[in-house]
Amino acid sequence: MKPEDNTYSICVGPVHPALKEPVKLNMQIDGEKVTGVDFELSQVHRGIEWAATRRNPIQVLFLAERICGICNMSHMISFSRAVESIGGIEVPPRAHYIRVIGAELERIHSHILWAGVAAHELGFDSLMHYTWKLRENVLDTVEYITGNRITKGLITIGGVRHDIPKKKFPRIIDTAHFYSSHFDKMADMFLKDRVIMSRTRDVGVLSKRDALTTCAVGPTARASGVKKDVRKDEAYAAYQDLDVEPVLPDAYTGEIHGDVYDRVLVRLLEVKQSAEIIERAVRQMPEGPIAWEEKPAALLAKLKPLAGDGIGRHEAPRGEVIHYVRMTGEEHPYAWKVRAPTYNNMMAWVPLLMNEQIADIPVIAASIDPCMSCTNRAVKAGTNDVIYSKEHLHRLSVQKTRELRRKMK
Amino acid sequence: MKAKALNRSLWVFHVNTGSCNGCDIEIVAAMTPRYDLERFGIKLVGSPRHADVLLVTGPVTRDMKKKLKLIYDQTPDPKVVMSVGNCGNSTGVFYESYNIEGPIDRIVPVDIYVAGCPPRPEAIIDGVVKAWKKLEEMKKK
Repeated sequence: MKPEDNTYSICVGPVHPALKEPVKLNMQIDGEKVTGVDFELSQVHRGIEWAATRRNPIQVLFLAERICGICNMSHMISFSRAVESIGGIEVPPRAHYIRVIGAELERIHSHILWAGVAAHELGFDSLMHYTWKLRENVLDTVEYITGNRITKGLITIGGVRHDIPKKKFPRIIDTAHFYSSHFDKMADMFLKDRVIMSRTRDVGVLSKRDALTTCAVGPTARASGVKKDVRKDEAYAAYQDLDVEPVLPDAYTGEIHGDVYDRVLVRLLEVKQSAEIIERAVRQMPEGPIAWEEKPAALLAKLKPLAGDGIGRHEAPRGEVIHYVRMTGEEHPYAWKVRAPTYNNMMAWVPLLMNEQIADIPVIAASIDPCMSCTNRAVKAGTNDVIYSKEHLHRLSVQKTRELRRKMK
Repeated sequence: MKAKALNRSLWVFHVNTGSCNGCDIEIVAAMTPRYDLERFGIKLVGSPRHADVLLVTGPVTRDMKKKLKLIYDQTPDPKVVMSVGNCGNSTGVFYESYNIEGPIDRIVPVDIYVAGCPPRPEAIIDGVVKAWKKLEEMKKK
């Protein structure tokens, strides 16, 4: 360190009490101010995409579920939609509604879990315990529908695996009411508390411009005023019948700051929105079959001859998740690529953490709702550190596409 | 001879070695009001040096192997290692992957295995009770 240079660096992670998952953050600090941010991944890389090329699509479905324990259904839906788009498989309307109910229950559970984690990062542990207590209601309903609390195994290619019979509807509607009626109390605790206000208002601001340049997705982007929601933009599954509008923070406060407070607000509003969607979906659910092909063995036989590329998009709790699948008429997928929302949102860490206080690092880092197990799709091998520019990466991808085209001819 | 009970509450350190978050959120759920392990004074602590129990989740990726060993060495004796979840017990669905060094018992000695993908909070509580008994036995020796 040079004598005139007052910065020092601190390294947080990979195993650290503030981070529930392993990730390494390197920060340059000047006094109390963050002047440089860098992060290292690959601690949670499990080689899932590679393993998928050795298994059949139905096995991969359950592998996709284990990409992330919190938004597991989102990965199942995305993978199924990718395979469905290859084969032009038609999903029955009732299955679409059941998928929407499952996905929205998952969104409620994920957002409330996150709200608890955010309260914990602020040092407000009693609020964390309160929010986690609220969360148990949705987990009970998930267990009531699917038989398990976390990994639900509800989705299959071309539909869903279990029906939701009519006698289970009242319980689902009760849960939806529970969360709409608790919104005011949650808003009181999170949004009107003076301590939380002072810790989150105008802390970790992500401008709309930065949100667009870092390609932020989901609640992180919406809190900065980017009107982006796959449920509205692509209107897949039953979302086209259910009028989903992207939630922006100005719906509640009348202004958009793009700070941590707005990100809390957007997620709380989305819990309420999801509760309303679930209620409407349950009331409108049509009768009919629940899957394109219900028997797994027959489904597998029908999936075997598929060839081509497919893309599946889904609005996971954290933002847009994209799965790319290539099938070549063999039993195993030829390639599978997962782009999880945290991959985009992490890029926002750099503008978010710059010029902030050390004490605010945990809550700002947590405010994008990072999920490392979704993100770690690659591992660093070798030691030569080369930093690629955007132009260079673009050049490489153009080159690779040309090569692939030549090979395919 | 009177059996000597453990004269303090268990403190737990949680290590994620590449888990999918499923087990991790169930561990936190076991601590929070519905299941409430904290009523027994059991709590998650921020440093392995304060812990009696190491709660390990995940199939141990290559990157985390060294770190897990380090954390095991940092935990003071007597200690109990609990492996939570199928991928920690047997690497589960990731069994053939190139980046997996697990299961956990190949890297550090494991005392309690909690099965499930993810295990329910009740199963985790059961595991903690067994860990407690084991620690008491270790103390007697």
